[in-house]
Amino acid sequence: MNETLTRLRYRYWPDHMLGEILSKRWTETAIPVMVLIAVAFGLNQAIDGFLSPASLTAASRQAGEIGFIVLGMALVMIVGGIDLSVGSSFALTNFCALFLIHVLKWPVAAAIPVTLLFGALLGAINGILIGYLRLRAFITTLITLIVYRSIYDLLILQYSNAIAGYLPDSEAWNFIGDGDILGVPLIVLVYAAVAIFGHVFLTRLRAGWHITAIGGSRRSAYNSGIAVRRTVAMCYVACGVLTAVAGIFFAARLSTTGSDIGLGLEVTVLTAAVLGGISLGGGKGSVAKALVGTLIVLFITNGLVSLSAPGGINRMVLAGILILAAVVDIRWLKNRHRIISKVYVSPTYHALPPCPSTAPDSDTAFAQNDKLRNVDAIGLGRIEAPEDVILDRHDNLYAGSRHGDIIRFFPPDYERMEVYAHIGGQPLGMAFDRQDNLYVCIGGMGLYRITPERKVEKATDETNRSWRSVNDDSRLRLADDLDIADDGRIFFSEATVRYEMDEWPVESVEARGNGRIICYDPNTNSTHTAVSGLKFPNGICIASDGRSILFAETFGCTVKRYWFDGPKKGQVEMVMDNLPGYPDNINLASDGNYWLAMVGMRCPALDLAWRMPGFRRRMAKRLPVDEWLFANINTGCVIKFNEKGEVLESLWDLGGKNHPMITSMREHKGHLYLGGILNNRIGRYKLADADPGYVQYDKRWGKAS
Amino acid sequence: MSSARLSQQTIVFGIFIVLFLVFSLLLPGFFSASNIVALLQNVAILGILGLGMAIVVIGRGIDISMIAALAVPPGLVLQMVNDGYPVSVSVAAALALVIVFGLVNGWLIAYAEVPSLFTTLASGLFLAGLGQVAFFKLDLVPWPPQLDAIAGFGRGSIVGIPMPVVMFGLTILVCAFLLRYTRFGTYLYATGDNPLGARTIGIPTRPLILRQYVFAALIAAFAGMVMAASIGTMQTRIYNSTMIYDVILVVVLGGIGLSGGRGGVLNAVTGTLLIGTLLNGMTILDMSYSAQNLIKGVILLIAILIDSVLNPRNEETAQQGDI
Repeated sequence: MNETLTRLRYRYWPDHMLGEILSKRWTETAIPVMVLIAVAFGLNQAIDGFLSPASLTAASRQAGEIGFIVLGMALVMIVGGIDLSVGSSFALTNFCALFLIHVLKWPVAAAIPVTLLFGALLGAINGILIGYLRLRAFITTLITLIVYRSIYDLLILQYSNAIAGYLPDSEAWNFIGDGDILGVPLIVLVYAAVAIFGHVFLTRLRAGWHITAIGGSRRSAYNSGIAVRRTVAMCYVACGVLTAVAGIFFAARLSTTGSDIGLGLEVTVLTAAVLGGISLGGGKGSVAKALVGTLIVLFITNGLVSLSAPGGINRMVLAGILILAAVVDIRWLKNRHRIISKVYVSPTYHALPPCPSTAPDSDTAFAQNDKLRNVDAIGLGRIEAPEDVILDRHDNLYAGSRHGDIIRFFPPDYERMEVYAHIGGQPLGMAFDRQDNLYVCIGGMGLYRITPERKVEKATDETNRSWRSVNDDSRLRLADDLDIADDGRIFFSEATVRYEMDEWPVESVEARGNGRIICYDPNTNSTHTAVSGLKFPNGICIASDGRSILFAETFGCTVKRYWFDGPKKGQVEMVMDNLPGYPDNINLASDGNYWLAMVGMRCPALDLAWRMPGFRRRMAKRLPVDEWLFANINTGCVIKFNEKGEVLESLWDLGGKNHPMITSMREHKGHLYLGGILNNRIGRYKLADADPGYVQYDKRWGKAS
Repeated sequence: MSSARLSQQTIVFGIFIVLFLVFSLLLPGFFSASNIVALLQNVAILGILGLGMAIVVIGRGIDISMIAALAVPPGLVLQMVNDGYPVSVSVAAALALVIVFGLVNGWLIAYAEVPSLFTTLASGLFLAGLGQVAFFKLDLVPWPPQLDAIAGFGRGSIVGIPMPVVMFGLTILVCAFLLRYTRFGTYLYATGDNPLGARTIGIPTRPLILRQYVFAALIAAFAGMVMAASIGTMQTRIYNSTMIYDVILVVVLGGIGLSGGRGGVLNAVTGTLLIGTLLNGMTILDMSYSAQNLIKGVILLIAILIDSVLNPRNEETAQQGDI
């Protein structure tokens, strides 16, 4: 009863999604967005008409002005700095615009560029001091805050009357201040344009990437040749220009030079940026985050004003939010990967019937023996990690190696070897097609093809993205084994869509159907997923009917059949279940049966643990990885089974004395060649009653002339 | 390097002497007994604050919430006594406020690892807002007569030296003792010089940072009490002023590098004398508040520029996010 509940709970509750969602970068923007929605909803409840169109239009002008400054601040923060002088710069550029238009009576078209230039100049002072002279951003801009403010105070003392005493009669100027297009305020449109450009700039353009790189790690950015000083300085200049844009809109809207303009604005802007999720210390941030932060802060301050809270409350709330957001941001940045690593591994319920006996006296086909005790070792100590082996029709032996090469051994004694092709990733399953192309599954890279001229070509490294997956499963992470149908279609397994090549043992802890079988059609050069939700699909072999494939699910301990053609097209059927070990590659035997490698044998401890997902989750959370309970891969065997799924015989080397682990085997001219992913050799076993002329290539594609 | 630091302090002291002489000769009313006393009194408050800031800066931090800590807790004492609370309760309440404030600052910086400038910028704002909302009815809180019993440390004089100056001297002694003869001082230099290294050799850097900010807040509140006693009121709006820049000026001009681990009490005293003289001279010259700020800002900018050349930031121990 209890176990039924466990089974249902793990069947229908998507545990694995939490870790996948948390490892998405957009979760960092999602949290401020939720805060924004909560704030807007709460204030709308508390204040009548808070979200009415009229009130929103009025607020949007103010939001636009602050929004521009937040964009500037965001840029400076992403590059790893901070600009506290924005409030004073804002006041100064506001003054500059008003001075040019009201006092000097310049046309608007001339005043705007000059004001922007003036903003750039103010930013450039910060930029030179911080970028080139490498002063501390915080203290430097704190000082320029005072300096700019003093200059502003001195200037308005002299000119505020002159500015107030003249009203410019300019349509354009009024339009900037309170004009709208189709009911949308001009400033919102300009902001949208700038924001879209800013997004493209930060995420798609070289300069934007440089900025993020410097913020992420200044030293690394310098070492990789980025002009750190100039880029940092330019960010401050950009911040100055964006502040000037805000100043111009403010000047056009209110035409005032009060002494409190921009006073304390830096705290508002900083709060907006940090609340949006732009990290102090740089390297992280986006335009969307800046916008969300701006809206939250503006809603809160406007809400407080509407609720007629005293000024001190406003200060306290802003300061409180600022610190809170900073603490959350800093703790989150520091612990994010730790949280993800704790919740990412999400074991599920996986019950198997009692394991069939393999004892020597069990009188079954699995009965242990020492037949593999005297296999020959090929390339002992000269090859590493030959997961799969294959022989061509000229008796050459091919095997992958951990160093990213395909190694070729020459007959008759297989002493001589050469690097047949260098690929760069670890070669796993291999198969020859009709044209002598060697197709290889490369872990972490995808499906590759080596032509007879030894040219390495990529066949495919992506498939269709499934809409239900949180992780992007369009890229191939762990292509494992393959076989080729008569019409040239290639079926290959991808063991997992959740882990990388080097993390494959974690799949045995999870025991979820994370793998799939993918079909690549070289005739149309297209790829699609054929079957998904498989528990570590591994070996694949075209069945003798030519219309179905047999495939092994390593941690499902099953071999199944999938019809890709014929009346049962698309169906999956069990061939062997409850195997005593973890099946790996499948290949043809000379007598029409199939060879199956067992990479390891089941043990009662893991069988029990598979029925206790909670236990495995606690284990993954609390223990270091090297103390986890993994599947045993020390001792395995080779079995032969027929089309009906009956096991005919098994070959063992107990204790792995001569041939430790077996992930693959290939029959060729009366011998069985054995591969193992953790081995430093290829095994060669003399089969007693096999066809001495059997060549898999000929059997598959017919004897070549 | 030690000779360079020594010479910076000597140069600053020399500039102070020259400035003092020039002002004495050129400014009418500068070298009068009343002005010197006023100068010393103003300098005293600045100096006490400078010493508190020096402790924090040596530990590689900065505390710009000191002015709020100077204004609000002493203001609270005055307000509570004015409202009829007993002196002991008022002082205890203010003391609790200061300590909690320092602890929050220190916790945020040491344990939550928020940059010190950022933390104290926001926390100062918070404390100021709190005072504005919860404590004070008027911006100006008068010194209540009930408190006259303890007004001695800010009013009057001993052998002709005004009490604030005496208090400044006392703070100098306390700070010098702390920095030179206690484990706290030794650890403080080690932590400021190389925080990670200090942590590695087993110094409890986090509690140390915590204490550092509690100490700074206590010193600031003490300076506030001295100031209130000597002037007779507490101008709570003082946290809107640019006084904190004067304090930073004192520290940086005195030769305590912002990258931490350098400098001592004498540096703060030298810086105090120079800045005090400068401010006093500018006031006598009848410069506007804004013009004074402008000049101070430019001087401070030049000072940190020189500081960054003399005490360059150590890229190895500078942390990511250390802005």
